[in-house]
Amino acid sequence: MSDTPTVAPPVTTPSGMIAATPLATPSRWRPVWDEFAESRTALIALWVCVLLLLAAIIGPWLAPQNPYDLTEISFFDSRLPPFSVSPDGPFYLLGTDNQGRDMFSAMLYGLRTSLFVGVASGGLAIAVGVSLGLIAAYAGGFVDALIMRIVDFMLGFPTILVALMMLAILGQGVEKVILALVVVQWAYFARAVRATALSERSKEYIEAARSLGLSHTRIVFGHLAPNCMPPVIVIGTMQVASAISAEATLSFLGLGLPITEPSLGLLISNGFNVMLAGLYWISVFPGLLLLTLIFAINIVGDRLREVLNPRNAR
Amino acid sequence: MSTLLEVRGLKTHFDTRAGMVKAVDGIDFTLNEGEVLGLVGESGSGKTVASFSILGLIDPPGRVVEGSIKFKGEELVGAPVGRMRQLRGRDIAMVFQDPMMTLTPVLRIETQMVETILAHEKVSKKAARDRAINVLARVGIPSPQERIRAYPHQFSGGMRQRVAIAISLLHNPALILADEPTTALDVTIQGQIIAEMQKLVAETGTAMVWVSHDLAVVETIADTVAVMYAGRIVEHGPSAEVIGHPAHPYTEGLLNSIPSRTTPGQRLNQIPGMAPSVLHLPPGCPFAPRCRYARPACATPPPVRDVGTAHMARCVAPLNREVAQ
Amino acid sequence: MTVFLIRRLLQTVGVLLAVSLVVFIGLYAVGNPAEILLPDDATEAERQAAILALGLDKPIWVQYAVFLQNAVTGDLGTSFVYNTPSITLILQRFPATLELALSALFIAIVLGAPLGLYAGLHPGTRLDRTIVTGSILGFSLPNFWQGLMLILVFSIGLGWLPSSGRGQTGTLLGIETSFATWDGIRHLILPATNLALFKLALVIRLTRAQVRETMPLDFVKFARAKGISETRIVGVHVAKTIAAPIVTVIGMELGSVIAFAVITESIFAWPGMGKLIIDSINKLDRPVVAAYLLVITFMFIMINLIVDLLYTALDPRVRLGGKA
Repeated sequence: MSDTPTVAPPVTTPSGMIAATPLATPSRWRPVWDEFAESRTALIALWVCVLLLLAAIIGPWLAPQNPYDLTEISFFDSRLPPFSVSPDGPFYLLGTDNQGRDMFSAMLYGLRTSLFVGVASGGLAIAVGVSLGLIAAYAGGFVDALIMRIVDFMLGFPTILVALMMLAILGQGVEKVILALVVVQWAYFARAVRATALSERSKEYIEAARSLGLSHTRIVFGHLAPNCMPPVIVIGTMQVASAISAEATLSFLGLGLPITEPSLGLLISNGFNVMLAGLYWISVFPGLLLLTLIFAINIVGDRLREVLNPRNAR
Repeated sequence: MSTLLEVRGLKTHFDTRAGMVKAVDGIDFTLNEGEVLGLVGESGSGKTVASFSILGLIDPPGRVVEGSIKFKGEELVGAPVGRMRQLRGRDIAMVFQDPMMTLTPVLRIETQMVETILAHEKVSKKAARDRAINVLARVGIPSPQERIRAYPHQFSGGMRQRVAIAISLLHNPALILADEPTTALDVTIQGQIIAEMQKLVAETGTAMVWVSHDLAVVETIADTVAVMYAGRIVEHGPSAEVIGHPAHPYTEGLLNSIPSRTTPGQRLNQIPGMAPSVLHLPPGCPFAPRCRYARPACATPPPVRDVGTAHMARCVAPLNREVAQ
Repeated sequence: MTVFLIRRLLQTVGVLLAVSLVVFIGLYAVGNPAEILLPDDATEAERQAAILALGLDKPIWVQYAVFLQNAVTGDLGTSFVYNTPSITLILQRFPATLELALSALFIAIVLGAPLGLYAGLHPGTRLDRTIVTGSILGFSLPNFWQGLMLILVFSIGLGWLPSSGRGQTGTLLGIETSFATWDGIRHLILPATNLALFKLALVIRLTRAQVRETMPLDFVKFARAKGISETRIVGVHVAKTIAAPIVTVIGMELGSVIAFAVITESIFAWPGMGKLIIDSINKLDRPVVAAYLLVITFMFIMINLIVDLLYTALDPRVRLGGKA
């Protein structure tokens, strides 16, 4: 929810006119953080997210082995249950899979991939969606109608179907998965931003900027955009979670990432067959990690939504 | 005439994020059978909260913190919910301000009337329906047998309010609390509704508390008038007295600002300033900042003064009166 | 009303055309059409024959026209794998998917509405917060993983329920369904629950939000002032008020449930449309994929239309076009 933006002290331009620029001053976020922190659950979730993010970033240094480097794994160590110590020395905290890969390491690498895909597709979807939403709101008329019709169309289809469609056409690969996810997600951002932008558009600071003769691009991206951010933050957070989940699902179905760059979803898929034989750890642990990641992100996103949305009179 | 409603020291406070809002901060009044009391004040004066308090309809974060409300001798404050439910709609009925939002939009009028009857009496659905139709006819709804099947949005504003009044009459209550029943209506309809109510009061001997911000309306229908400001009653007396010879500067201000009392061509009189926020009341008389007669003595809470027969004012120096004991 | 229907019909045709265009371009025009249409191991002679037979030597727009023509008559291509018309394959599998989807929605509503109602009536309490966090968990669990866990616990661990396939079907009210036999129901429980969990979260949150929005409204207070019992207020006044928006949303979710059935059917080997489509994608059986997409689109549009009509039936204000 955007409040009236804080206005910087008027500045006289060379032509003698006064410029008023909205600023998103840091003090605007303090009360948001305070209220966010009121929920202990949300705080814990936030810490979990930070922890997992760190783990993903330093993954390769944290992992005992690189499970995709064939020289590091031993087939003889395959299918070992958690906490087993192999005769050769390595300690397999969470067991090994059918190729002998250490589950802990595989999960760290998988986490990296999952997060990467989720954040990358989310980020790109935001870039595309927000831009189109802003343009639609600012330009109005035919442009607006056209963009919104496409948005409605995209949103009418469940994400999984569109992703399936695209991957059926495009084939496998990280970029293709990211592309499919971007196509599926941008519409949410476009619609949310457009709604906010429409109400912001008629506010005074936009008029002021316009009367200064600033270029449209400048106005839209420099002035309008910053004040439409709150819903984007909320939706963005939850879309990252949704993208991670979607990618996992696609990988599980065999349509997403190739085996060479597995995400948590693929790990789970690999373990599915042997699960029925009792080797639960190959599927269950990556599954729990995936679940924790998605759950934590969603809790944070949900809390943000409560805090940032227009509050009804309590 | 015996006492019907006795309110003593009623305080209803709301514990909000911004602080404690003392919406009603100590009011006293008595209502006799068949009497009509006009409860007057600006928005925020606490008049609506007062009437909700009587029926126990204050929702959290608000609650009645202190005081007594006696209906026919029975204490209502702290009464069990089941008892309150019995009284509501049957002995004490309420008419709200905006009939568009007070009648449930998705239910037919018939449903909403019959359920009111059945909530308090064991009668057949048919009997209940007939009674409802009769009452609708009484308040002037044409073709009630057909109209009763309609939904609220199919009525005009005036008709909807008549329906609400009809609902309040279903059990012939001893007391009707009318919260600004005509405020949301056109002026012409207002007149009709007021006339309707006057007739009903005369016919049935029902007592009424008529809450309004409009002194002109209250003048026509009320026997006694109580003026509220910032959660307290600042003047209370027979309506002819209060309106003819106001004792409190606020009442005088309200009367003067009625457009019809100004000579055409002259500037309208206003009470300067705005109603105080009930969060930040000044010590002493809450009206002092806007009062043209304010004096140093107003910095302390003003005493209640007797200014005539059954006429009181909460002021250090009531208008046109000897500073009597 | 008729104007409304006609306009919707035109929109429907428009959307179908758009989707058919996208599908056509995606599947038939990307890359070498001959390569795509034929099974991967066709010989050169077969390729040439196919190109001629399928009119691939003609300009693209002619091909599209032919495609449309065929589509309108119900010929959406023939499956490579099964050698039967795609449309037949899909329609054969449709009832199984529908049965699964409706069961899932049913579970979601029957469990979700009461939970959401309770949470909405007691906001801020421990139970409310637990329900809300629980609902977040509901949509955080990836569908497929949930299914795996259900199998692990109930099939392998406890051995109570079967983990794959559709059970015996019988006829109930003239329709062939799993509900007619106990075996059928046993096979239905796990997949339906799996499919339901995601929507359960939605129903809970939706009901809760609606209740919270409605309780403070004036008409609730007025009903109390009339002396109506709280049970009736919630059960009649509030329930009827929130019915329309909730039914609308849930109705629209039916389409999404059918779509998500793809995952559940894969895991539980449920013989529905979803499993067919995944298998087809993996086996590159593109006519089936194309047919599926078009059928699904059509179904979505129909669902939207029905839901809109339902809304007008449930909300008298819309139906009777009342004054504000």
